[in-house]
Amino acid sequence: MSMELSIILAMAIPAVGAVLIALSGRIPNLRETITLLTAIALFLNVLNLLGPVLDGERPEVHLLDMFPGLAIAFKVEPLGMMFSLIASGLWILNSIYSIGYMRGNKEKHQTRFYICFAIAISATLGLAYSANLLTLFIFYEVLTFSTYPLVSHKGNETALKGARTYLGILVTTSVAFLFFAIAWTYSATGTLDFVDGGILGGKVEGPLMGLLLMLFIYGIGKAAVMPVHRWLPAAMVAPTPVSALLHAVAVVKSGVFSVVKVIVYTFGIDNLVTSGSADWLVYISGFTIIAASMVALRQDNLKRRLAYSTISQLSYVVLAAAILTPISAVGAALHIAAHAFGKITLFFAAGSIYTAAHKTEVSQLNGIGWKMPITMTAFAIGALSMIGLPPTAGFVSKWYIIQGAMSSENFVALSVVILSTLLNAGYFLPIIYAAFFRQAEPKGPDDHGGHHDHHGEAPLPIVIAITSTATLTILMFFFPDVALELAQQMIGGIQ
Amino acid sequence: MTAHLPILQVLIPLMAAPLCVVFRHRDIAWIIVLLVSLISFVISTMILDQVLTQGVISYFMGDWPAPWGIEFRIDAVNAYILLIVSAIGAVVAFYGRHSVTREVPRDLIYLFYTAFLLCLTGLLGMTATGDAFNLFVFLEISSLSTYAMISLGKDRRALTASYQYLIMGTLGATFYVIGLGLLYMMTGTLNIVDLHAKLLDMDGSIRTLQAALAFLTVGLSLKLALFPLHLWLPNAYTYAPSSVTAFLAATATKVAVYVMLRVFFTIFGVDIFEETGLAPVLMTLAIAGMFVASTVAIFQNDMKRLLAYSSVAQIGYIMLGISFLNVTGVSAGIVHLLNHAVMKCAAFLAMGCFMYRVGSVQIEDLHGIGKKMPWTMAAFVVAGLSLIGVPLTVGFISKWYLIQAAMEADMMPIALLILLSSLLAVVYVWRFIEVAYFKEPANPSLKIKEAPLSMLIPLWVMAGASIYFGVDTDMTLGVAQLAAEMLVGGAP
Amino acid sequence: MQYNEIINPGLYNYWIVIFLMMIGFYIVIARGNLVKKLVGLNIFQTSVFVLYISMGKVVGGTAPIFGEGFEVFSNPLPHVLILTAIVVGVATTALGLSLVVRIREAYGTIEEEDIHAQEEDF
Repeated sequence: MSMELSIILAMAIPAVGAVLIALSGRIPNLRETITLLTAIALFLNVLNLLGPVLDGERPEVHLLDMFPGLAIAFKVEPLGMMFSLIASGLWILNSIYSIGYMRGNKEKHQTRFYICFAIAISATLGLAYSANLLTLFIFYEVLTFSTYPLVSHKGNETALKGARTYLGILVTTSVAFLFFAIAWTYSATGTLDFVDGGILGGKVEGPLMGLLLMLFIYGIGKAAVMPVHRWLPAAMVAPTPVSALLHAVAVVKSGVFSVVKVIVYTFGIDNLVTSGSADWLVYISGFTIIAASMVALRQDNLKRRLAYSTISQLSYVVLAAAILTPISAVGAALHIAAHAFGKITLFFAAGSIYTAAHKTEVSQLNGIGWKMPITMTAFAIGALSMIGLPPTAGFVSKWYIIQGAMSSENFVALSVVILSTLLNAGYFLPIIYAAFFRQAEPKGPDDHGGHHDHHGEAPLPIVIAITSTATLTILMFFFPDVALELAQQMIGGIQ
Repeated sequence: MTAHLPILQVLIPLMAAPLCVVFRHRDIAWIIVLLVSLISFVISTMILDQVLTQGVISYFMGDWPAPWGIEFRIDAVNAYILLIVSAIGAVVAFYGRHSVTREVPRDLIYLFYTAFLLCLTGLLGMTATGDAFNLFVFLEISSLSTYAMISLGKDRRALTASYQYLIMGTLGATFYVIGLGLLYMMTGTLNIVDLHAKLLDMDGSIRTLQAALAFLTVGLSLKLALFPLHLWLPNAYTYAPSSVTAFLAATATKVAVYVMLRVFFTIFGVDIFEETGLAPVLMTLAIAGMFVASTVAIFQNDMKRLLAYSSVAQIGYIMLGISFLNVTGVSAGIVHLLNHAVMKCAAFLAMGCFMYRVGSVQIEDLHGIGKKMPWTMAAFVVAGLSLIGVPLTVGFISKWYLIQAAMEADMMPIALLILLSSLLAVVYVWRFIEVAYFKEPANPSLKIKEAPLSMLIPLWVMAGASIYFGVDTDMTLGVAQLAAEMLVGGAP
Repeated sequence: MQYNEIINPGLYNYWIVIFLMMIGFYIVIARGNLVKKLVGLNIFQTSVFVLYISMGKVVGGTAPIFGEGFEVFSNPLPHVLILTAIVVGVATTALGLSLVVRIREAYGTIEEEDIHAQEEDF
């Protein structure tokens, strides 16, 4: 199969899958089978691209000219390759998980759920492979709108309100800032292609460069750099599979992925180093890391705590990119992968607890570790990865970020990383401690939720999914080769 | 035969109109309308082909050569406008069968179709003619039949809306005639190309010329509903039968914009703007319209009225593009003219489907409609996303070009204003989408079926077009670019 | 096109045009009675007729009919144009009046204020 075809198929497979899911909506078993098969087919297809990309090939597809001289075009480069691998691979696990979760909770409108999910994945893949800012923007927006029905899935007032915040912030930022920044870039340079070394060097003067960067960073609302992070906690009203794959992996990673791409391929690292336009970004992302961690400390709702943790972790990637050294850029790329594995595990665990025990608050989790040992063990592994302790994926990426900060003697970044590690430990370890070492509080006689106390593990699909992601989190510590190779190829392109 | 295409384009609907009255039967009338609109469409494609291969077509009425006789003059600009008008005419005619039966009193339907044909005649004539006074006559033909069609709406407010439009429309047309009279005084000609040639040597500071420009601008602004001269539009669109609204929203204001382009660029030329300072005025009004009308739209509970205000805002975008006075800006205006015709037609056709099944387009009556009429609602979502300007829809193409034009004219703040105003569109579109999908219907026992296929097909043709032209822009952008270069470049 | 040079230099007619125009315009805006509004509209249109006819006048010219001994003619074109405009004006008035009849049938009044009282959004 030619690589050009593979690129097109990467978007076409989930899109066709969405149509098939729509057609088979009446028969749930068939519908879920199609979802799974689509996910597997997509992953194999993406895998087909991996070998050539590792060998240094950069397959391209020029789809069509949207404007004269401005095309919808795709090009697989290492970072996009890694992102697409993560998104498509985790989609398989997430689909397995979804089956258990959606059925276990008897959710309505499941067909719509699976359709929108497939479209969102299609958009994510398009974004990962985009060869210019225009293509990136198109898929960025498609991703926003296709995930709206997933966030508002429940349809009650809370869900609608959350979805409104979600859409409001993402659309406002992308239209008012990102679109503006892209148009500005185009009128300044006459191109929007992602080029090694950037396109903006010497095209925009002094402080305007900083302003343009700011427009990009805040325009990419999906990266959730404070103060445009509010949509992420709001999106937690969605069913947990959505929070797990989309709001811990696909959507938010699209954000930081775009930030890294813009910094590396639009501005160019050398250009930013000489102009000093990105200095503020270290402070802003550092602030976001610390502030979001502090907020996470105070959240009792488990998913909200995870959401704030995500905000904080996303800014690691932004921070790593903003340090502007090759080695920290490797860290940024690795952290995209590492955080994906860890955070999806954590969300899977949160959904597992909700499905089996109908508990949503951290304070209700005393002693739950003994009832749901697999779930909570996986949770612990995910949490260790978030903190950055071996033997988990988080350690690898953090190592590179710290290396980068040291090599450029950026002590602000360094102290932020160290301080936030402590904070991460501060909001994750108590959960693990409570789950395993605290007794469940005796219930009063008027407690109607009592019948949930006699629960065991979550349904089998959930357990399979959660075990797999937790394993991946550990495996990435021992075998980071592929990710590392891709990340190094990315900076190979920079130097 | 092919030599007479320009006149046939206008003559066929004109001659067919009395036929409807002769038969006095609504089904026969509908068949006539359908046939005629299809023939018009075919003719317009042939004309376009002819223009693109052989260049400008000049057709002398009764073989009296211009500038004495009336000339039909078709170049790339109006060939495309002809195509749009006749295409939308055909789509709406096909759509109208069910919709009109439901929304127009039965014994008046054949008259409705008569008026429809006359309106089509007028709009096609305005576009095809190369004579400025002849244009006025066609303008009045289309306007008078429009007033009649609006007044056929079932709500009694359709009458007052029609009356209001009649007064303002006639004022606008009369302003146009006054302006034209002043031009005639200066030049002694009414032929558009001849006017251009005569005005070329004249000093733009002559006051009569400036007064003429002022009268023409105000008159046409009334017809195309430029803020704040849009007051007739919301009521007219709200109470007219839905297929009329769809037709008018997509064609009438657009043809008026085309006439405005002709007046500005072909007759007067770009230089007069420097002399008069008209461009900043237009720009201010356009931006004010974008914001005020969009904001008003947010607070509407009647969907047709909401979309009507959105139209006023969208006309603001078109005029904004034109007021940049550069090629990119004018092509942005023209491309948005094409795009907005497509998306607004789709949106109003969807409203017609709701009207047909639910009998109302009040937002509270449409709660949960997304489940009952999924295809109609999906088409509306496409149109709505287009209004917002989401990528892969036509709206995005227009917005991109507008922004580029603003950047090219070194007006960064205006680029930002364009984007901010499009956020208002998110609010008014989403207000409806949210309740249509996620609210429970107010009256769940009511059985509401999907709209009939004969309405869904035209609806999806327009919705499909607003996606198709949002991705494959060769044609629309090509036209707009070509037209803008001709207009701004000063070629007659 | 020599008539341009020997056109009637008097501005008298144009003053009347402006006067009529403003009267008509004022009536359209200020009057609440729907029939009176139409009257105003007619006056407004009439001013344009006068405008066109005045500009066709050539000093010393006769009616544009060829005949022995007549060399100078008035410009007939504006007159013809205005014939068309008059027809359009008549059609508009007829349509307007018929609308007023139907409004009266529907509302029982032709006063804008009364209609306004019955409908919130007119």
